[in-house]
Amino acid sequence: MRKPRLVVIGNGMAGIRTLEELLEIAPHQYDITVFGAEPHPNYNRILLSPVLAGEQAFADIVLNPLDWYAQHDITLHLGKEVTQIDRTRRVVRCADGTEAPYDRLLIATGSSPFILPVPGKDLNGVISYRDIRDTEIMIETARVKRHAVVIGGGLLGLEAANGLKLRGMEVTVVHLADTLLERQLDSTAGKLLQKSLEARGLAFRLSHQTSAILDDGHGSVRAVRFSNGDEVAADLVVMAAGIRPNTTLAEAAGLYCSRGIVVSDTLQTYDPRIYAVGECVSHRGVAYGLVAPLFEQAKVCANHLALMGIGSYRGSVLSTKLKVTGIDLFSAGDFLGGEGTEEIVLSDPASGVYKKLVIRDDKLVGACLYGDTTDGAWYFKLLREGRALGELRERIMFGESSVGDAGTQGQNRASSMADTDEVCGCNGVCKGTIVRAITEKGLFTLDEVKKHTKAASSCGSCAGLCEQILMSTLGSTYDATPKEKAVCGCTDLSHADVRRAVREHHLTTHRAAFNVLGWRTPNGCATCRPALNYYMLSTWPKEAVDDPQSRFVNERVHANIQKDNTFSVIPQMKGGVTNASELRRIADVADKYHIPMVKVTGGQRIDLLGVKKEDLVSVWRDLGMPSGHAYGKSIRTVKTCVGSEFCRFGTQNSTQMGIDLETMLANMWSPHKVKLAVSGCPRNCAEGGIKDVGVIAVDSGWELYVGGNGGIKTEVAQFLVKVKTAEEVKEYTGAFLQLYREEAYYLDRTVHYIARVGLDYVKQRVVNDAANRRALYERLLFSLDGLTDPWQARIDGAQANEYRPLPALGVATETA
Amino acid sequence: MTLSEPIWLHVCDVDAIPRLGSRVLPHASGDIALFRTEDDNVFALRDKCPHKGGALSQGIVHGEKVTCPLHGWNLELTTGEACAPDVGCAQRFAVRIDAGEVYLSLDETVSGKVVEATAAA
Repeated sequence: MRKPRLVVIGNGMAGIRTLEELLEIAPHQYDITVFGAEPHPNYNRILLSPVLAGEQAFADIVLNPLDWYAQHDITLHLGKEVTQIDRTRRVVRCADGTEAPYDRLLIATGSSPFILPVPGKDLNGVISYRDIRDTEIMIETARVKRHAVVIGGGLLGLEAANGLKLRGMEVTVVHLADTLLERQLDSTAGKLLQKSLEARGLAFRLSHQTSAILDDGHGSVRAVRFSNGDEVAADLVVMAAGIRPNTTLAEAAGLYCSRGIVVSDTLQTYDPRIYAVGECVSHRGVAYGLVAPLFEQAKVCANHLALMGIGSYRGSVLSTKLKVTGIDLFSAGDFLGGEGTEEIVLSDPASGVYKKLVIRDDKLVGACLYGDTTDGAWYFKLLREGRALGELRERIMFGESSVGDAGTQGQNRASSMADTDEVCGCNGVCKGTIVRAITEKGLFTLDEVKKHTKAASSCGSCAGLCEQILMSTLGSTYDATPKEKAVCGCTDLSHADVRRAVREHHLTTHRAAFNVLGWRTPNGCATCRPALNYYMLSTWPKEAVDDPQSRFVNERVHANIQKDNTFSVIPQMKGGVTNASELRRIADVADKYHIPMVKVTGGQRIDLLGVKKEDLVSVWRDLGMPSGHAYGKSIRTVKTCVGSEFCRFGTQNSTQMGIDLETMLANMWSPHKVKLAVSGCPRNCAEGGIKDVGVIAVDSGWELYVGGNGGIKTEVAQFLVKVKTAEEVKEYTGAFLQLYREEAYYLDRTVHYIARVGLDYVKQRVVNDAANRRALYERLLFSLDGLTDPWQARIDGAQANEYRPLPALGVATETA
Repeated sequence: MTLSEPIWLHVCDVDAIPRLGSRVLPHASGDIALFRTEDDNVFALRDKCPHKGGALSQGIVHGEKVTCPLHGWNLELTTGEACAPDVGCAQRFAVRIDAGEVYLSLDETVSGKVVEATAAA
């Protein structure tokens, strides 16, 4: 059977990115033909500025070499401009008569520079700045001529001006507005930028309108004249006054266009067989000229071309960065502010630093940074997430670094790091390695950096640094983590989507989930299967059946795997309290099974390390103690101090409180591990300030703190409520943990959950709404009811094959 | 056919290996992991990740891949090759299923193609 034919008009970043996404999910679906007007394979247009500035060569910025097209059986027509789309016969035609029939058509014709309609616009030496040919002309002209005029003080114009200056020309930038980059910066930052560009030798004519380009008498440019009569000498004029979507072809074919080819949220044009992506489209009335939105469009478009029919594009929030080495500026969202907004401004003109954050309704809606853009990625993330700032507002201006990261030498500014400085302490990855991988392999996202360099792929504490490096290496190419990231490569659905679907469709098995949600792999992967397993178990307790094969080895085996494939065994020791009989049994087990190490854990328990898998069940039997769940996304332990029973400062019996909580929460699965602590007085010896729930006894009752974390990022727990009785401690703690169990995304700790929904929301649901609190608490008790100690179950014979190797090979059997 | 007929050793009943799971076969040359896919294909690899020696038998099986439990490398069950961008290979062994019984060949010269031909015969 003939495969359907997909024709792509436009061999640029948007069109080819769509093909890459498509080939990833449906590699053999189409016979693909690509038409490119330029005689080059797809290259990174964003990096033309570094080429102009002499920092990179053309070969460095090619994204898809010719081999790539060949490898994927793509018919490539280079240097051929499509001049007609015949929608009736479903054929595209080129000027030279080349034809290609299509079943699906993708238009990615991009945009063209806007050429000012002034006399002299067609003279030799007047060019735009759009493709590699323009760049080559500029480089060539700079070699032999002296005076350059750049018309337009936007991103493209300034990058062109900077490049020409570095190539040795005298450059004047002409701009209609009275400050530079007025669409990206407020006037204060615009003036700072102008000052530092002037210090580099650029000249500016602001509030100037070009009225004519003058002829030298031989058909070449001589000078530029302004409406006020002034003239500036020019051997080269670069028009960088904006871009216009290329819609001529689409319009001629009768497709509806309005400042771009109008597309739906699935990137479909008014002809359902024709899709369009990139700078040529108008989506919800917006035409995007930066690359990050194009990539988002490409992903959605590919999904629909692959006939998966899920995912929709809802528009992008943009961020901007100027790719001029040594000048740091960043802006995103509504950085101008105005009615109904508040501003936080930090201004230090002497050291050239200016930061403005715009806040509306307790949410960050815009940011404009100049001189220090370290926190640009972080602000952009806050902005896209649209999360309530709350107490963060007080320190937001001081940046993300006001919270510490472990394992990165205390570094929090990628820009100040040398190439040899280590970024990822887990995998030993240096900054230079990451930068090289980004430029040489054409990486655009944090996920790609993780995959190719392993940086940020273990504990993740350097993810922020890696994002900074991405941002400074790529500039506005950087595709920041989307607000709703897909769970994994098996689906485009986010954790929120999946949680919702599990509830709405009453999903209780993986098979049902894969079918209903259209998973693109036959049975998921090691990332999504455990997440789905948790969502189903927590949403439908006593109905969903736990799938051992969808659990990470530790949770399947109920012990913690070590680097040499042995396991560690940590028996339950509620509240850290033990006795002579237990200690004696632990000692006997250590002797009998030749346990190489016995260690006291941070959670006040005893760890037996180096147990062979086949010995696990007998070790548990001999210990005669229940599982401590020290291996799971589950309740771990409740750490306690000795409290009022012994301590002269103790105000309440914190030890018993800890034991009671640990008893209540026994066998509880959760999105991530859950640790508690109970201290007998505010000296807080049990360190409740860095626990998921920290309980601190005071003379008049108990204070509850939530969302603390002692790991990768030290996070101090926040005050939730003060209660009087021990029963209330259990109810509030239980209700909070159930809220987290029901709403958090898999692998989010309580701190991440609270950061997403806001502490006020948690208080509303758990503290203020008594009926809801009781309902949550009851649902927790209902889901825990009937769960039994997994070690005892295995001693009694459950999952026996898991721990038993196959019988050794004995008999040779004849072939059939 | 230039290769001599492989020697097939009986291992176990297919159902002794859980779907989307694995079992370990101890052997003098080192443990061998047997994996069973959702559609009841069985594959055998040396139970040692080419990265840092993790026990592949303890990983999560999905499609025709297994994810190593130690650092998350993905390996192709059909070839033992690590999935890009990781590079490495775990030794693979030919497996044949006959009447619900799993047979293994320890003969390293057997290629995947020959095994398919034999199984089809």
